[in-house]
Amino acid sequence: MTVAQAAALLQPAPDYAIDTKKLNLWYGTFQALYDVDLRIRQGMITSMIGPSGCGKSTYLRSVNRINERLGYVRIEGRIDVMGQNIYDPGVELIQVRKQVGMVFQRPNPLPISIRDNILFSHRLHAKGGGDVHPGTPDEIVEESLRTVLLWDKVKDRLKRKATELSLEEQQKLCIARLLPVKPKVLLMDEPCSALDPKGTEAVEELLWELRGQYTILIVTHNMAQARRASEECVFMLMGKVVEHALTAEMFVTPIHRETADYIEGRYG
Amino acid sequence: MTTANTAMFQASRLNQRNEKVQVLYRILFGIMTLMLITPVLLILGTLVVKGGGVISWEFLFTPPTDGMRTGGVLPALIGTIWLVMTALLLSVPIGIFAAIYLSEYAGDNWFTRTINLAIINLAGVPSIVHALFGLGAFVLFFGFGTSILAASLTLAVMTMPVVIVATRESLQAVPQAFREACWNMGATRWQTIRRVVLPNSVTGILTGVILEVSRTAGETAPIMFTGAVFFTPFLPQSVFDQTMALSLHLFVAATQVPGIAEDVPYGIALVLIGLVLTMNSASIAFRMWLRGKKKW
Repeated sequence: MTVAQAAALLQPAPDYAIDTKKLNLWYGTFQALYDVDLRIRQGMITSMIGPSGCGKSTYLRSVNRINERLGYVRIEGRIDVMGQNIYDPGVELIQVRKQVGMVFQRPNPLPISIRDNILFSHRLHAKGGGDVHPGTPDEIVEESLRTVLLWDKVKDRLKRKATELSLEEQQKLCIARLLPVKPKVLLMDEPCSALDPKGTEAVEELLWELRGQYTILIVTHNMAQARRASEECVFMLMGKVVEHALTAEMFVTPIHRETADYIEGRYG
Repeated sequence: MTTANTAMFQASRLNQRNEKVQVLYRILFGIMTLMLITPVLLILGTLVVKGGGVISWEFLFTPPTDGMRTGGVLPALIGTIWLVMTALLLSVPIGIFAAIYLSEYAGDNWFTRTINLAIINLAGVPSIVHALFGLGAFVLFFGFGTSILAASLTLAVMTMPVVIVATRESLQAVPQAFREACWNMGATRWQTIRRVVLPNSVTGILTGVILEVSRTAGETAPIMFTGAVFFTPFLPQSVFDQTMALSLHLFVAATQVPGIAEDVPYGIALVLIGLVLTMNSASIAFRMWLRGKKKW
């Protein structure tokens, strides 16, 4: 065991899964985030709301460093995930992606079988040891699909292509395939916007199931969803965090005028 | 009241005119399509009618005799297969790997733009210029002499742009969402390419290879100075031998041999087309088999 690992063991687990300090982000010359300070509570569902272009998706995409693929992105400040600054030079990008899973607006299952979708990330990471599901492939597939409440529906067609599933099932599969490598944080960028109300309800139900075990950060345009499906809520405007409070409080007694106006639909 | 309502749903003068124009364009497009396939049918028809008579096992499997007036095409047939296969072996890996780099790794900067421009220009270079380049570079400078290797290298250089462009296009046809899905699970670029991008683009890549086979087999100019000879009764033993080739053999038989029976050149052409079609069918079959598997 290295000194760093020993020190990590001695420290108490941080209460905050994501701790952002003075995060500034530029796309070229356009500044998308201004001094964002955000602490996301561990094991909770936090929703992010705000008008289009306010930076909520940009923030989300900085947490698993998918933004930097664009090349012209410049970042200042730090984001600690589980106590470790993920922008530290010594941090391995692949490990960040493993610890911080992401679910997209449009379900994006790979055009391979349901089973292979679930095992995809496991196969990528299993050989390297570390914190992955120890079970056999069959156990992993079953457990992951049970967790996302999909097992009973698809257990007889695991060999079928994932793209044949309904959008709701595809989205659940996209969540399920993150689980075998045991991520700590799940980022969701409007995960229900391609789904019908029934599918939305099913996914929200799933979020409550995953709560506690995973820290979930969900961007949504749907105010009712933020209210129903999250415990804390972050309101952003023009690249800044305006308000961060318990969802129940924010929707009843917002502190800032902009928050109140947005929640009541006066702009958006 | 009732009359007004029925009139509302009857064809007006404008509707009738639109309908006429619509039929006119349909006929126009149909005629163009017919014109497109007519030459193909005519060529194939002429070849079969005029050259079909000479095709026999003997024609395929004996060397030419009597100053190429009689006998068969065996050395040319085998030579063309050698040339095509060697050219494929050289250009397909380089072309595909380069296309993967350009499509999956390279950023959009002046360097990649220059390379893309170079590829487009390489595709536009006339084959006789390639031939002279091959003569200078491979035959003389690298000292391969006039050999299958030099000729295939020339062919490979010439057909590489086809492979690169076809590969790059089929790679880019793979939805970006697949790549994002992989990256977000912590896959490296290579893992993403190997497990998702290539399996989903292999059929398109093979189409590029098929195109290349057809073009390589038929080219005459690039091999004329670099490796193909008028006549040799011997079959090539290695890539350092000279060889006959169907395309050059056809040119020679059609223009340089006095007193040759008229149906022999047609027969040679038929063998050449038959060879290309056979190779194409093989790769199409392979492509369909891969598509069925979708996993490799």
